[in-house]
Amino acid sequence: MSRHLDIDVAIVGGGLVGSSAALALRNMGFSVALLDKGFCGAQASGVNYGGVRRQGRPREQLPLSQRAHAVWPRLKELIGIDGEFLRSGHLKLARSEDDMAVLEAYAAEVADQGLGLELIGHNGLRERFPWIDGSILGASLCAGDGHANPRLVSAGFASAARRAGVHVLENTPVTGIARNGEGFALEAGEGVSLKARIVINSAGAWADRFAADFGEPVPLSRIYPSMIVTEPLPSVMTVNIGMEGGGIYARQVERGNCVVGGERGLPLEDPDFSRPRGEGALAIMNRTAEVFPALRHAQAIRFWSGTEASMPDRNPVIGFSGTTPGLIHAFGFTGAGFQIAPGVGEVLAELARDGRTSTPIEAFSIARFSQPSGPAGQDRISHGSDARSQSEPQSRGAHS
Amino acid sequence: MSARPQPLIVGAGPAGIRAAEAFVAAGLRPLVVDEAPACGGQIYRQRLVQDGRSTKDLYGSEAGKAERLHAAFAALDGRVDYWPQALLWNLRDGMADVAVTGTTRRVAYDGLVLATGATDRVLPILGWTLPGVFTLGGSQIALKAQGCAIGSRVVFAGSGPLLYLVAWQYMKAGVEVAAVLDTAPASVKLNLFKALPLDAGIVLRGMRFAAELRLRGVAIRTGIEGLRIEGEGRVSGIAWREGGRKRRLACDGVGYGLALRSETQLADLAGCAFRFNERDRAWLPIRDAAGRASVPGVYLAGDGAGIAGADAAERAGERAALALLEDRGVAFDKERAMALEAELARIGRLRDVLEAAFPFPAHWAAAIDDATTLCRCEEITAGAVREAANRFDIGEINRLKAVSRVGMGRCQGRMCAAASAEVLAAATGKPIDAVGRLRAQAPVKPIPLALQLAADLPEVAE
Repeated sequence: MSRHLDIDVAIVGGGLVGSSAALALRNMGFSVALLDKGFCGAQASGVNYGGVRRQGRPREQLPLSQRAHAVWPRLKELIGIDGEFLRSGHLKLARSEDDMAVLEAYAAEVADQGLGLELIGHNGLRERFPWIDGSILGASLCAGDGHANPRLVSAGFASAARRAGVHVLENTPVTGIARNGEGFALEAGEGVSLKARIVINSAGAWADRFAADFGEPVPLSRIYPSMIVTEPLPSVMTVNIGMEGGGIYARQVERGNCVVGGERGLPLEDPDFSRPRGEGALAIMNRTAEVFPALRHAQAIRFWSGTEASMPDRNPVIGFSGTTPGLIHAFGFTGAGFQIAPGVGEVLAELARDGRTSTPIEAFSIARFSQPSGPAGQDRISHGSDARSQSEPQSRGAHS
Repeated sequence: MSARPQPLIVGAGPAGIRAAEAFVAAGLRPLVVDEAPACGGQIYRQRLVQDGRSTKDLYGSEAGKAERLHAAFAALDGRVDYWPQALLWNLRDGMADVAVTGTTRRVAYDGLVLATGATDRVLPILGWTLPGVFTLGGSQIALKAQGCAIGSRVVFAGSGPLLYLVAWQYMKAGVEVAAVLDTAPASVKLNLFKALPLDAGIVLRGMRFAAELRLRGVAIRTGIEGLRIEGEGRVSGIAWREGGRKRRLACDGVGYGLALRSETQLADLAGCAFRFNERDRAWLPIRDAAGRASVPGVYLAGDGAGIAGADAAERAGERAALALLEDRGVAFDKERAMALEAELARIGRLRDVLEAAFPFPAHWAAAIDDATTLCRCEEITAGAVREAANRFDIGEINRLKAVSRVGMGRCQGRMCAAASAEVLAAATGKPIDAVGRLRAQAPVKPIPLALQLAADLPEVAE
């Protein structure tokens, strides 16, 4: 099949970031192509836990996270489905005094960001959330956070983009991008060629290859979060649960299944694919039975895993390329991209249209990974690599 | 015994038993893991309690085979490790997770024989979820294992050799069989004559079942269309079309099924490559004539790798075990292996003819009423599936699962994936193989959250 498209913006990667950017750009009147090597939303955007959570994010992400927060309740009007978005609240649990101190410190640090965090002590927790085991010391509640169904939201954005007139090309891997005069020439799939003024690299765990092609290597690695799902149960978990220090996160969907994560899967021979580990799944199951006594007799019916991009400083890369005019990066969401993605899509559309955005994204510049050429570069690196990232991999902020 | 881990056999039906026997004969001590409380598989399933019925009562013309298999497995006592009522819920790379007696164990294996069997294949029809409707296999199990009937006035409907067999067994057991409704037109039964030279016994037996049913006044209808089960709260009747005329019968039990489908989840978890099989209309793990899968050390035998029946399963189980011995460099009987392969080839040809005599009504999928429940676990209708496929522009079964929840419940698609694929293919105008294959994930069946990892090493069963 030979096909040529001459468009304004080519988006590489049809995850939630790429497809929400595509829709936003199309609504601004741009001609857009959205390319995915497989199916839109089939990777991290579609297989993540489904947390719609601002709480626990690094402070520098909060303006962007707040912007996304405004998008979630508007899904129905934007893409035609609500994506099973529930503003349930997000409750982060503390197992120890130390954990509680971390939650208190975080609440103080982000007090000016409008999250409305409420710290809850042991007695308050017993009273309001009696289904949580008594060994839990306290918690921090962000009442405005919630959860949604990632399988629907990402596919919903992609199909809304298609309906709006975006050229959605699935099973069309991008095999080459080159800067060509005023724009870019792309080769994709079998015989697809594109000419575009602007390229957005939102290729998730595959984005580092494209960045490297333009002389911008990044320390991207892959993580494979692993989750379990219970059979449908009567309503037990009224809030989306996180745990300070990691180890478990859990939510109950409207039809009753509990989705619980906190372990990592294993990549297969082809590291694009992964699968849950039996021991890991069992560990999550046992932990769930301990922390939520009401679930002790429930059955696990399904495990899943997926491939996500991880950055060493827990922040994504968002913004213009440092080497190539017209190239915009947006990847590396480190297990916490779901909530923020619809905001990122809007920001990317603004960058493409105006060359700038009203939302602060300086902390996410790809330049922070360039060879330190002076004090400025080093500053950026140390700013990004947070001391808290020394705790276990699935700690704070991991997995949204 | 060396420190080398045991071969692991999954399933103690005809294939698993014969594989175990061949290993023991070669001096190996296999571990046999089976979900049932006693050996025999589904076809030679044993009654739960001694209820006075003889094996002849239970297995009819196949009583001899059942007795021989049960005896063969009993004779291995002390030379195999046997875990009945054990669920193998995950495996990969020489390690299996097995839930048994309230705990779960990690078991190392060296060589894996998957003899996982089959379940009924179903295309949903209106009313199929009413109490009183069973699959054909389920109807048979109720009779065999529990000694009870699915109703007092029963209709059997669908396709496949089991249709006439189960109806006959119910009649023999003294249950009123109101009718046998065969989805295939009478003309295709002429194919059975082509099967005569391959296995006259099985063909004549099937013909005898039909003849005896007729003699006892059971109506046998062929070429039926528009099957629908009626009732409020439970089955009260069944309706269908036949040569343009609407017909209806009162009944309180329905056995329904469209032949069988292979249980391939574990082969998928083991990493086996799959290929679409036209005859079974299913993606099946690739295997060679000996049963070797695409993954070294994994062997496939019996209906779990492709529907061929119990006689083939016995032979395939033994053949697969011999292949493992050969691959280990252990002496094995080459002539026996070749004879088994020749037998399997003959049965394979017989199967092709039988399939032509009991064809799957593929055209039904397009006509399934939107209100019909397609996925029972998640309560997803055919209409919801079509709507999701259309809304998200989906033509692939795993994507369909993601957006519609079809196949996402307790059965993980074992019961609904084949039908969902048919509905999706019909709705998108694609051939059935183009919509792909539902990928398996552990656990293959539900397991309790509080399941504890056994601290001790696996004990050797007596």
